[in-house]
Amino acid sequence: MNKTLAILVWGMIAVLGAMALSTIAFHRGEPINALWLVVAAACCYSLGFRFYSKFIAVKILALNGLRATPAERLENGRDFLVTNKWVVFGHHFAAIAGPGPLVGPVLAAQFGYLPGTMWVLAGAVFAGCVQDFVILLFSVRRDGMSLTEMAREETGRLGGFVAYVAVIAILTILLGVVALIVVNALKSSPWGTFTIAMTIPIAILMGVYLRRIRPGKVLEISAIGFVLVLAAIWGGQFVSQNPSLARFFTFTAPTLAILIMVYGFAASALPVWLLLAPRDYLSTFVKLGTISLLAVGIVLFHPALHMPALTRFADGTGPVFAGKIFPFAFITIACGAISGFHALISSGTTPKMIARETETRVVGYGAMMAESAVAMMAIIAACVMNPGVYFAINSPAGVVGQAPVAATAAISNWGFPVSSSEMQSLAHAVGEQTLFNRTGGAPAFAVGMAHIFSHSLGGERLMALWYHFAIMFEALFILTILDAGTRVARFMIQDALGHVYKPLGRTSWYPSILATSALIVAAWGYFLWQGVKDPLGGINSLWPLFGISNQLLATVALCVATTIIIKTHRGKYAVVTMVPLAWLVAVTFTASWQKMFDPNPRLGFLAQARVLAAGPATSTTSRLIFNNRLDALVTGALVVLVTLILVESIRQWMGILSGAKEARVKESPFVKTRFAGEQG
Amino acid sequence: MNRMQEMLGRFIATMIATLREVFDEAAYARFLDRAGTTPSRESYAAFRREFEELKMRRPRCC
Repeated sequence: MNKTLAILVWGMIAVLGAMALSTIAFHRGEPINALWLVVAAACCYSLGFRFYSKFIAVKILALNGLRATPAERLENGRDFLVTNKWVVFGHHFAAIAGPGPLVGPVLAAQFGYLPGTMWVLAGAVFAGCVQDFVILLFSVRRDGMSLTEMAREETGRLGGFVAYVAVIAILTILLGVVALIVVNALKSSPWGTFTIAMTIPIAILMGVYLRRIRPGKVLEISAIGFVLVLAAIWGGQFVSQNPSLARFFTFTAPTLAILIMVYGFAASALPVWLLLAPRDYLSTFVKLGTISLLAVGIVLFHPALHMPALTRFADGTGPVFAGKIFPFAFITIACGAISGFHALISSGTTPKMIARETETRVVGYGAMMAESAVAMMAIIAACVMNPGVYFAINSPAGVVGQAPVAATAAISNWGFPVSSSEMQSLAHAVGEQTLFNRTGGAPAFAVGMAHIFSHSLGGERLMALWYHFAIMFEALFILTILDAGTRVARFMIQDALGHVYKPLGRTSWYPSILATSALIVAAWGYFLWQGVKDPLGGINSLWPLFGISNQLLATVALCVATTIIIKTHRGKYAVVTMVPLAWLVAVTFTASWQKMFDPNPRLGFLAQARVLAAGPATSTTSRLIFNNRLDALVTGALVVLVTLILVESIRQWMGILSGAKEARVKESPFVKTRFAGEQG
Repeated sequence: MNRMQEMLGRFIATMIATLREVFDEAAYARFLDRAGTTPSRESYAAFRREFEELKMRRPRCC
């Protein structure tokens, strides 16, 4: 493309993007069409990738296509492997795409569609994509070193320790929260529970097929498994309509919580390959298929968003979770804009597959844009609903009351009219007994997704099937994260314990496997149980705690990245990572302070503990007080740890910039690539 | 037209390669290559034994 044409095309994209963003920002009154969000996102991502990521690639990272990557130098056919960049892109995206960008934006929609949309776009382009890109490149230049190892090498032992503790903490809280989302989605839902239960025999069948009938044909059996799951979703309606069958699949939240903890322990401690690996494949198949289908559905149906741009809950009195837009919209959206957890993937499998340094741009920056696009779809799914319905689904009984009439009256009084008959007919349409108080984001996302699908693919009569398809998709996805996360955390604890007593570090020694599995399940199970028993629905305290820990991990990653940039004498450009770092510090530290010390008992953990202590004592009061104090302690401990690494990093930056300290970068030596003559 | 067909062919081939990588079929093919063996129940069981430890340590994102 010649230069004039390029200027013209990019100029038009910029103008179109500006128009779409202005419409989103200033449109009031009538519902806005979702296509404005799609256009704004497409323009922002295109401009961000074309100009900002290129600037970072050239000026800061100085990507060198002649430098051999670890995939080439250390190729072993197992983990180090030269791979096509688009294949690595798909692999990386499949690894970073989790439930976070689906659930977070749905919960943050209580502020209206505007705050979430703006942060998902700006946060991804200027923070999330940058973090994933630079960490990926720095890991590639260090033979695929992990974030914790880079933190230790570049910012000292303390950095390594903090990164390690942050990873364990975020894993524990994450697993507790996602388990709570599944519990809230499946409680009193025989149809949903039956579908998920059926994935067990389907996965075992897939395992037998893979081992005995057609060894290694994973794609083939995943497609068959997917068809069987669709049949299970279809069959679920008959189970839910038959009272004698339905009672076998109708569970209360505490029973489901216990079942999930038993599942998590078994998945970590027992050699259950026959169930877990095939289900993992099935979950990936469903995940990739559903995300693509949702994108198609949104473009085909291009629904109107009924949620206003900004709701009255910007003042912090929201029923879904307490707290003002700043900092809680940012904490809640988390992974859709920037996720500390991505730094683990960018310094895990992916750097060992990159063929050339120049490809880190499309993989690191590009895959995070795709993740952000998923978050945009979640915002659209949440905002297509009548706001009254959205609040009826997402408000806990402790806020709006248990009875439908009381709940709808409270929500209508907030200015979001909804009636109990409307909720009843919606519940009937999706094949549920009730949709009141289904906190956690998953049921609301499922209703939104069913709304989009039923209007674009199949008509209203399929609403119930689409709803349960969405619930199955989310629950299957989350259960896979639960078993994989429990095992990863178990390995990390075993690695650490191995330094204290060698046999504990052996991953094949059963006493160690059982003890560490029990430890990690007890840790996340505690948070799950706390959420199940919480009169405010659990999400109000646990999702912000997850968001804070996730964003604190991103703070650690950006500290490491900034330190490396300064060490490579490109200090004047360090602002590219320093600005998102400063923003994250402001957001996470403010949120942490408010979650610990705010006098509003719905917001501050300690204030709630004080209110409970002053109120009438019941059998659960002392437990609830303890939980709130524990949450405050966990939040405080995380902040202290991250403050330590921040102070240590700033000390290093000052030393290097003032010339008092030598800037020693610990990169692998330059080796010329054998692909030097090829295009790329 | 030929160029379009070629581009479409390349796109489909890349999609299939990506799916084969994500679903570990490519990893199994590499294992067979390395071990100098052919697809069978035994070779797949051996691949899983080797691969399991590697895969189980991979973090899964939120």
